[in-house]
Amino acid sequence: MKRYFPFIKKYRSAMILGPLLAIIDVFGEIVQPMLMSDIVDIGIRNQDTHYILKMGALMIGLSIVAIVGGVGNVYFSSKSSVGFASELRQGLFKKIQEFSFSNIDTFSSASLVTRLTNDINTLQQVVMMSLRLLIRAPLMLVCAVIFALQINKELTIIIAVAIPVLSFAIFFIMKKGIPYFTKMQQKLDRVNAAIQENLTNIRVVKSFVRSDFEEEKFSVANRDLMDMSVKASTIVVLIMPVMMLIMNVSIVAVVWFGGNKVMKGDLQVGQLMSFISYITQILIALMLLSMTIMMFSRASASSKRILEVLDTDVDIKDTFTANAENFHIKKGGVEFRDVCFKYKSESDFFVLKDINLKAAPGELIAIIGATGSAKTSLVQLIPRLYDVTEGEILIDGIDVRNYSLKHLREATATVLQKNVLFSGTIKSNLKWGKPDASDEEIIAAAKDAQAHDFIISFPQQYETLLGQGGVNLSGGQQQRLCIARALLKQPVILILDDSTSAVDTATEAKIRTALQENHNNTTTFIIAQRISSIETVDRIVILDDGRIIGVGTHDELIKTNAVYQEIYQSQQQNEAIAS
Amino acid sequence: MSEKSTTSSAAPGGMPGSSSGRRFSVEKPKNMGLTMRRLWGYLEKNRLGLFTVVLFILVNTAASLTGSYLLRPLINDYIIPKDVDGLLHMLGIMLVIYLAGATAAYLQSRFMIIISQKTVNEMRNDLFKKLQLLPLQFFDTNSHGELMSRFTNDVDLISESLNNSLTQIFTSVITLSGTFLLMLYISPLLTLVTLVMVPLMLFLASQVIKRSKNYFLAQQKAVGITNGYIEEIITGIKVVKVFGYEEKAETDFEKLNFDLRDKATKAQMFSGMMMPIMINMSTINYALTATIGGVLAVTRGLDIGGLASFLQYSRQFGRPINELSSQLNSLQAALAGAERVFEMMDQLPEPADAENAFKLTNVKGEVRFEGVSFSYSSDKVILHDINLSVKPGHKIAFVGSTGAGKTTIINLLPRFYDIQSGKITIDGIDIKDISRKSLRESMAIVLQDTHLFTGTVMENIRYGRLSATDDEVIHAAELANAHSFITRMPQGYQTTLDGDGSNLSQGQRQLLNIARATVAEAPILILDEATSSIDTRTEKLIDLGLNTLMQGKSTFVIAHRLSTVQNADEIIVLEFGKIVERGTHNDLMSGKGKYYQLYTGQFS
Repeated sequence: MKRYFPFIKKYRSAMILGPLLAIIDVFGEIVQPMLMSDIVDIGIRNQDTHYILKMGALMIGLSIVAIVGGVGNVYFSSKSSVGFASELRQGLFKKIQEFSFSNIDTFSSASLVTRLTNDINTLQQVVMMSLRLLIRAPLMLVCAVIFALQINKELTIIIAVAIPVLSFAIFFIMKKGIPYFTKMQQKLDRVNAAIQENLTNIRVVKSFVRSDFEEEKFSVANRDLMDMSVKASTIVVLIMPVMMLIMNVSIVAVVWFGGNKVMKGDLQVGQLMSFISYITQILIALMLLSMTIMMFSRASASSKRILEVLDTDVDIKDTFTANAENFHIKKGGVEFRDVCFKYKSESDFFVLKDINLKAAPGELIAIIGATGSAKTSLVQLIPRLYDVTEGEILIDGIDVRNYSLKHLREATATVLQKNVLFSGTIKSNLKWGKPDASDEEIIAAAKDAQAHDFIISFPQQYETLLGQGGVNLSGGQQQRLCIARALLKQPVILILDDSTSAVDTATEAKIRTALQENHNNTTTFIIAQRISSIETVDRIVILDDGRIIGVGTHDELIKTNAVYQEIYQSQQQNEAIAS
Repeated sequence: MSEKSTTSSAAPGGMPGSSSGRRFSVEKPKNMGLTMRRLWGYLEKNRLGLFTVVLFILVNTAASLTGSYLLRPLINDYIIPKDVDGLLHMLGIMLVIYLAGATAAYLQSRFMIIISQKTVNEMRNDLFKKLQLLPLQFFDTNSHGELMSRFTNDVDLISESLNNSLTQIFTSVITLSGTFLLMLYISPLLTLVTLVMVPLMLFLASQVIKRSKNYFLAQQKAVGITNGYIEEIITGIKVVKVFGYEEKAETDFEKLNFDLRDKATKAQMFSGMMMPIMINMSTINYALTATIGGVLAVTRGLDIGGLASFLQYSRQFGRPINELSSQLNSLQAALAGAERVFEMMDQLPEPADAENAFKLTNVKGEVRFEGVSFSYSSDKVILHDINLSVKPGHKIAFVGSTGAGKTTIINLLPRFYDIQSGKITIDGIDIKDISRKSLRESMAIVLQDTHLFTGTVMENIRYGRLSATDDEVIHAAELANAHSFITRMPQGYQTTLDGDGSNLSQGQRQLLNIARATVAEAPILILDEATSSIDTRTEKLIDLGLNTLMQGKSTFVIAHRLSTVQNADEIIVLEFGKIVERGTHNDLMSGKGKYYQLYTGQFS
């Protein structure tokens, strides 16, 4: 609860006013049976039409006041609950923006989206219903009990028995039911996952002719869901009949005891009638209360998921010493000093071990190595996408952790292996690199990334609209735009993580030439597969199983490094056959 | 006394969506009658159950109406004349009636839950089966989110509505008419009050609904835009971070978020007003009834017991009306959902196999393309007049720039798409005359995108051939060079992969894909950029495995790494959907054409 206070702050007064107005609403409603009993017991008994009409007018007047209260309650509760949800959404969004890569890795993006959308929506509903009902229901309960006591204290004993019995019954049913609902949710998730998976893997399913197999798998998950839904629901639907029964039995008891009192003259018929009304009202209030509680239990899952995000410790933040004014990246010399790295601190398996590497400003360094040799991990440490576990990384002689993150990432540009474009025009996507870039700068970057030609072949050229993820472009075109976007930043340090895998070799060579000619002041790290594409770089780093096993130029390595020779041969052998 | 009411607010499988909103922005089904008939097709199977439900509803409603009515004789005939024994006797009857009512209410819900769950279960199964039958084109043109929502939101709407709406509507109608008749019976004059008040209430309600409809539409739109933004930014969050775009994203989001807030506040406000207005209108109805009833008691001798019963009824009258209006709306929403579900079920499946389709057995693997042309949509031809033939056991490679049509060619072979003109044959048989099942079983495909399933590594590889033994799976993994990294994982072959194998590197996923294709032991092998994310050293190792694998199999290879294609028996160079060059590596190199350019460009 307390965690949500900051998001409520702006709407505190509305949050208080709403329930206050509910009091008026409840009062206008709850006095009605009381006034009705006066009509019967005084008006009818004395044959006093005037009195009856007077009381009637009072009843109607009070109802109209109640409408005002009720509408006011809705006004303020809507305002504050929607406002709260909106603040929370903003806060959550902000928090996710602060997440480090490893924070992001622990949540899947789909689950983060659900938290930002469905879960917050659920909370909004719950807050709104609470503000409308949570005050209303207990208030109605209390008022009705007070009025009932005024009519007859002894009859109120029936209420005193009915309330705990009913509360216990509801509590018991819910306690039994809720675990089933949790399980049901899990089964539902499984069904949804199966569908999702089949949608993405449809080609695989089709090519292996596995539809029967998938159908079978699905029908099992689906049946599980059905069984659990039935189980969960059949328990919960007990609530209504049980409540009705308890309420009706109480009424029978009231009529019995009250009827006897009327016979003895201790009670008026009108009072008996209004007492029955109060019993009904009390039990309805209890039902509303239990519904709200039920809603709470459903919301608590959502709340838990939201708090999980809010409470996540962002493990990469600006350190105390970080100060962009003091520490400014100018040249781009990068040094790894005894760097060890693992993704999870509790894991005992180091992904990178004892990395020592020094890159001079403007140097072009290629990193090569087998799948899983931690090439990507290595370069991601430079812009602090992950933090080193041991050792340090220095840029221009200063530990990367001493730069402000903002400055560090401004000075570096990383083209991730899994890169995405966003919906918008090609130009707006490129401008991510530099929001105030001029057209000339954009075109220059696109030319260097060998993207200009295909861009201008589109009718809309740089204004061509891209769908989400750049779906209307080929893989190679997307990659080239991603490179252009990074180049536009004119970074001091550039990192290309296997970013030309879908680009044909001729184009790839042109990109590399452009890098060497037009960006020779940029310290560049290229992760590559093909030796042929990196022969001309300043230095090549060979990674094997998280260790550097060779650094040097192509000519050096080809003479001295066995692994390099092996890689070279595996790629060169074919050439030999060719020539 | 008896609140008839909401069976359960917790609808099984119900999403905690904004149910309060539903009544204001309901999508109307386009063809209500037809959709209802089809839905009935599912429900019909439970006819007996439904009949029982109706029976229980009648019992339950009758019990609650009688219970309220009994107040009249209780007061008039026993309490006022002071007949204690009679009172006791009557109360005993009342108790029995209530007990019967409660039992019926429970059984009614219980039966209905079973019926509705069975129904949606069957619908989901049907939908899933349909999914398996649909051609790839369907998946290309429909977003996954959109398809998912048929399974989740739409089916949920149906289940919720079956659980609640149907029975509620029926109950409300019976209660309303029963109440009305009993009111008339007690006092026709007093009934006039209700007859005036109810239309007034309905009028007010319709006014509120009309006004809030627009606000709800605006809210829905804002929700759509905001959620779209969230999805895009969160999916691309790593890029956001790399570019330090966080602050900009926050400001952009803030604009959308505040816009949503303002619209949602208005929508919620208007829709929320419904409740206090209806409740208090109902209270006014009660007050009027009490007053006029009192006057009638004085002037026309209306009996007090009658007034008591009447007041009970008038208290309850608002509820079924309210219930009816909201349930009719959710029924409408459910029908619209059902319509979308049926719409998907009605999509054209892959055309059925020819009636006497061949079943391929003992495939030799001779594949021929004769004058094949193809386009995804009529306006843009992707492949022009492709002619090629692969001898059994030969390897054919396709090279060319992105978009040249390489992937398209191999998509045609398993009939993922059907060609517009020309002919593709396997062992001389037109693939159109071969059953899809046996056609696809005769080939193993490794796709560019690496897709895995939730399950263990073992299960994922075995996907290629379900009958494969553990040893065969391991052998396949060894061939694909995946064995060593698998055994390095903590649980080895029993390691569970989540969703898309995100705990593996791209290269490792591809190795698993290759192992999966290996285990299939199909006579035709298709490798679409199968080794693009694998480093050349690993690739060389896999090549050894693949070479063993390819022996005696007709193989189609696409690779942009030319070194992996040069030992092919024939290399086809594609450009803009046309074959521009063909021949062995040596032929093409000495021809100094496009291939030579591509090849030398690589080493320049």
